[in-house]
Amino acid sequence: MVKIKELPDAELVQGSYACAGCGGILAVRMALKVLGPETVIVTTPSCLLGVTTFYPQLAFKVPCVNVTFPSTAAAVSGVVAGLRRRGKAGIKVVGLAGDGGTVDIGLQALSGAIERGDNFIFICYDNEAYMNTGVQRSGATPLGARTTTTPVGSVGRGEDRPKKDMLRIVAAHNIPYAATASIGYPQDYLTKVQKAMMVAGPAYIQVLAPCPPGWGYRSDLTVKLARLAVQTGQWPLAEYAEGRLTVKEIANPRPLPDYLTPQARFDHLVSG
Amino acid sequence: MRAYLNGNEAVATAVRLARTEVVAAYPITPQSTIVEKIAEYIADGSMAADYIRVESEHAALAACYGAAVTGTRVFTATSSQGLAYMYEMLHYVSGCRVPLVMAVANRGLAAPWTIWADHQDAIACRDTGWIQLYVETAQEALDTCLQAYKIAAHAEVLTPVMVCLDGYVLSHTEEIVDVPEQEAVDRFLPPYQAAYAVDPERPYVFGVGAGPELYPAFKYHQQQALLRAQEVIKEVDREFGAQFDRTYGGLVDPYYCDDADVILVLMGATAGTAREVVDDLRRQGERVGLLRLRSFRPFPVADLRAVLTAAGVVAVLDRDCSFGYEGVLATEVKAALYGSPAPVASRSESQWGQPLVAGFVGGLGGRDIGPADLAGIYRQCLEALRHRDRGGELVLSGGWQR
Repeated sequence: MVKIKELPDAELVQGSYACAGCGGILAVRMALKVLGPETVIVTTPSCLLGVTTFYPQLAFKVPCVNVTFPSTAAAVSGVVAGLRRRGKAGIKVVGLAGDGGTVDIGLQALSGAIERGDNFIFICYDNEAYMNTGVQRSGATPLGARTTTTPVGSVGRGEDRPKKDMLRIVAAHNIPYAATASIGYPQDYLTKVQKAMMVAGPAYIQVLAPCPPGWGYRSDLTVKLARLAVQTGQWPLAEYAEGRLTVKEIANPRPLPDYLTPQARFDHLVSG
Repeated sequence: MRAYLNGNEAVATAVRLARTEVVAAYPITPQSTIVEKIAEYIADGSMAADYIRVESEHAALAACYGAAVTGTRVFTATSSQGLAYMYEMLHYVSGCRVPLVMAVANRGLAAPWTIWADHQDAIACRDTGWIQLYVETAQEALDTCLQAYKIAAHAEVLTPVMVCLDGYVLSHTEEIVDVPEQEAVDRFLPPYQAAYAVDPERPYVFGVGAGPELYPAFKYHQQQALLRAQEVIKEVDREFGAQFDRTYGGLVDPYYCDDADVILVLMGATAGTAREVVDDLRRQGERVGLLRLRSFRPFPVADLRAVLTAAGVVAVLDRDCSFGYEGVLATEVKAALYGSPAPVASRSESQWGQPLVAGFVGGLGGRDIGPADLAGIYRQCLEALRHRDRGGELVLSGGWQR
């Protein structure tokens, strides 16, 4: 288990343009504390790319390879193979994509890379919509959420389909390790990143990363909402390893409105 | 060593001889046998490379991009719909200045669905920032792949290269090919040293974002690199010739153009047939020539002008079409000649003034272009010139092989 106190002070993320209270950049920053400097990031047009690598800015102190939206995991395979040829197989290769770049347009490439058994970690920071392009629904948008493409009106009631179960999709590939995590539970998340590092072969982590402008909440509530999602049973902390799925039990679940009320995207559900 | 090889085997042989380190590919006809052959080389230990078996062409080029930015020598191959599927990645690779080599076994695009040769697939990728070299023979396919690695990785070019070979006509037709010795190739093509590579000690970003203030500068540098590539392609061809005794003229490959009244411009394997037709017409006393365009991008404006401006008629045969207009090469040849100086006065051809350019579209979707078709084009053009000799207007509308 990761001990928070023993994590390095040195940051591998610096000077990003992320919004105040961005859950995504927090998810990346936390993961890099565990991954360390011998890491290559492969990422895709997304909030993350938009706020970290606009020339001449370099918000990462590790190499970063940006690639097309559908191709994060395919480029990961290339980087893994290339580093192996260069005798640098010890460098960790980490794919980072949002939920759209993972569960929608990036799914084919991710499936291929997992199937090939390449040694990499894929972290999906899940903010439950296409935030970079202005909050359109993705396959990871939860039922009932208002987005700009699932608006609420006299007929529309927000997203009308349940969230895609990505963990089961990934598990169905017989991936060595997969997990869900929340930035509201750093020790759990960071321990999962560490476990993913230990695995030989592919590992997948989907971390809940609340988005203040996308979800419509005060930017100081990011971590609190990331906790409430778990405490209200909306975001199970699950782990798939050695063919077994385990889900962390919530001893005293909080009432659902605690999670929904602070978020504008669910206004129509709580205000009647 | 001399061997019977088809175009695809010739390409695979070049990829092995170039000591390519990473190959990623998705099967598509008529490209597939290139990457099958490479898979065999790796399986039998004659080639030390990582072979990434990807789930799509888009992923193939993304994987190649990922491998290339680590500083390895990389190859892929595709055709037709596969190239179309790669289209998005083509820009990433060229914009990121990744020097990789891709063979395109040219094939028409659906619909109607087809597996046979034309140039529509690669021509449609004209503006993706890739160098495009079109070859005439399996031998040239092999030699050009070796040259392509050198051109792509040249410090002032750093641009990916497509080596285009006509599907089936070249990809699946065997000829005697002189296969260079490994030691000679090693001398021509030393190990790849990337100027910038993925390295935690020097953490670069590959594929950066750029705002309106900076984006044009990146694109300007790309344009300069492509223009510079003209000279580099020639240099590399000359260097190749000095070492292997074979050259292809660099950017253009003229045949009997010096005194020609009519010059046919085309790309790819059809040049083989056209040479026969030129020989035949020359025997009949007609002053005709052939200009095979080897480099479509960069487009060799100066070289074309030097050869074409003295002719009376320039016929252009396109195996592609920009629908709603005409064959793309025809447009480009016209543009290249626009404003070009009149032919030198000392040459008898100066009577023509600027040459008339007539576009012909043929050979789409594998339709055969035989000697009679090409002779027909030459005859039409010669007749138009003679009509002018008799005081008539020089009119030629080109044509379409239906």
